[in-house]
Amino acid sequence: MRPKIFIPADTTACALGADAVADEVVVQARGRGLDIEIIRTGSRGAYWLEPLLEVESDQGRIAFGPVKLTDVATLFEDGFPASGESSLCVGKVADISWLARQDRLTFERAGVTDPISLDDYRQSGGYDGLARALDMTAEEIVAAVTESGLRGRGGAAFPTGIKWRTVLDTAAEQKYVVCNADEGDSGTYADRLLMEADPFQLIEGMTICALAVGATEGYVYLRSEYPKVLQILNQVIATGREANLLGQDILGSGRSFDVQVRVGAGAYICGEETSMLESLEGKRGLVRFKPPLPAIEGLFGKPTVVNNVLTLAAVTTVLAKGSDYYRDYGTGRSRGTITLQLAGNIRRGGLVEVPFGLSLRELVEDFGGGSASGKPIRAIQVGGPLGAYLPVSQWDTPLDYEAFAGIEAMLGHGGVVVFDDSVDMLEQARFAMEFCALESCGKCTPCRIGSVRGVELLDKIRKNDQLTANHALLQELCTTMDAGSLCAMGGLTPMPVRSAIKHYPQDFEPVVQEQTECQS
Amino acid sequence: MSNPTENDATVVSSVVQGFADMPGGLLPLLHEIQARFGYIPSDSIATIAVVMGLSRAEVHGVISFYHDFHTEPRGANTIHLCRAEACQAMGSRKLEQHVKARLGIDYGDTTADGRFSLEPVYCLGNCACSPSIRIGDTVHARVDADRFDELLEES
Ligand SMILES: Cc1cc2nc3c(=O)[nH]c(=O)nc-3n(C[C@H](O)[C@H](O)[C@H](O)COP(=O)(O)O)c2cc1C
Ligand code: SF4
Ligand code: FES
Repeated sequence: MRPKIFIPADTTACALGADAVADEVVVQARGRGLDIEIIRTGSRGAYWLEPLLEVESDQGRIAFGPVKLTDVATLFEDGFPASGESSLCVGKVADISWLARQDRLTFERAGVTDPISLDDYRQSGGYDGLARALDMTAEEIVAAVTESGLRGRGGAAFPTGIKWRTVLDTAAEQKYVVCNADEGDSGTYADRLLMEADPFQLIEGMTICALAVGATEGYVYLRSEYPKVLQILNQVIATGREANLLGQDILGSGRSFDVQVRVGAGAYICGEETSMLESLEGKRGLVRFKPPLPAIEGLFGKPTVVNNVLTLAAVTTVLAKGSDYYRDYGTGRSRGTITLQLAGNIRRGGLVEVPFGLSLRELVEDFGGGSASGKPIRAIQVGGPLGAYLPVSQWDTPLDYEAFAGIEAMLGHGGVVVFDDSVDMLEQARFAMEFCALESCGKCTPCRIGSVRGVELLDKIRKNDQLTANHALLQELCTTMDAGSLCAMGGLTPMPVRSAIKHYPQDFEPVVQEQTECQS
Repeated sequence: MSNPTENDATVVSSVVQGFADMPGGLLPLLHEIQARFGYIPSDSIATIAVVMGLSRAEVHGVISFYHDFHTEPRGANTIHLCRAEACQAMGSRKLEQHVKARLGIDYGDTTADGRFSLEPVYCLGNCACSPSIRIGDTVHARVDADRFDELLEES
């Protein structure tokens, strides 16, 4: 049999050279008269090892990484694709402890299967959840999701079952399922990875949701920064239609549901669900007042489920393996697995799916291996640009929604951005305000104007200008933004700002002007 | 890319017609126009407004809301430089200075030879291997000043 070589086509793997490596593998194999088969997969998310090549063997897959373009010839000289000699061989994939220590429920297939192969998907348990759902009533599906304890993975952690129940209970001729694939939070890439590695799982999750709430049309609102995902989603949607997994009379069930992808246009606020609905309707992405909830009056005024990619994907596990199976992972009111994304200044960056409850320290030290620069880690921002900066004293906090709320922080979409001791926290606080000013939808004053004032105040503090007064004004401004903003953009921007001031006060104090002193 | 000709006007109306019946079709339409011309020619806005049943001001309002849409011609390649936190943690502020100096332009501008436009972006989903930039549709990881110069040569 021809040796099978698996090479990721994932965005980050390719940003590290995976396409060029794949081409060179073909050239080298041909030059040596070796007959090989290359399968382009998604990524397992062990980005510190990418480009990670895998070769099928009797003992399971053998991994090589990180493989640079210039390594490929040597790799072959050392016997590739047979294992052994090469120093880039990291052994059996199953033995890579960074991966083995995770509990991959949603990301089980990522990097393993061919993302666009429906056969691969089905052979690895894909569409088992839909098969179960087709034998259940809408009530039963909603009950299963409720019992699983699943909460929204987009940031707000709202119980998914309750949201679905509202849409189910709202009578309407037309209902919609909207997948929030805007993934705007910096430091996050799990949605992208999933859609590139296992896109059928999202389509299956959306279909289950449609059956549960009585929707017939679905939209994926995808950020424009992910062109690879667009191509893949369109491809698998076409495949799904051909296989009668989408469209009229799905698998002969008499039920219909179809999905289309809509591409955003570079506005962070369009990740907020009501702004997203406006955008889907072809308008400016101005945030809507709530009520009415989107579940009651959503897209084009119709009842609409808006869920994050990972929420919809998790539903396939809940349906295929049961609510208990999912709920048995996790801690307290945070059930199932959380997908963390190690980012920034981290030695072993990548995607970590584990049950809720692990501590931030275990995550960053055991999985992450410390900073990439080798310098001490000083701050960790968890939960995207609106999330708090956490100092070392808070790293033993368990990763669970309530525990994070308890320290004035949030898990958000699971982004974990690590900074070493060269970070200037005043600069980070200023950026939080600047970002809010840039991305505010403009509907309310505390957010639109407040963020601009915030930048100005921090600039004054930087210049040592009336320090006490400006600090007091900044705190007041944070209170106003927090209390007077319509949505979490303006409402949560104070979170990174306050955490920076509270935990790193020295960065906001006058800098001792050594030079000036010497000169005088 | 030059100003639209009469020929372009025909292209615009045929493109616009394709979206007339699509619910919420304005964003997909604007993306399509921009894909064809590299920007959204101001001449096209009247046509878009008529066919989509909107006022010109409404169309303008939508175009100006979204960072992706441009009403002026762009460089042959757009360079998106990530300014967000994970990239900051790996030195993107320094990279940003280098890129601006090297290209001799600021965000939103195009080089005199028309080869490159520079835009900020807030996360490319490549945050485990920062700093990140995107040139055209390709993302590049762990970009420092030297790597950036190499990429410029290759583009
Ligand atoms: C400023 C802002 C940006 C947001 N960005 C995203 C996003 O990129 N992706 C996402 O899934 N949810 C985002 N959300 C949360 C959504 O409003 C919404 O809660 C979520 O899509 C619901 O899905 P879930 O219950 O599955 O999490 C954002 C919220 C705010 C206020
Ligand atoms: S808080 Fe900001 S983003 Fe949210 S509605 Fe108000 S102005 Fe818009
Ligand atoms: S923060 Fe720069 S790629 Fe995500």
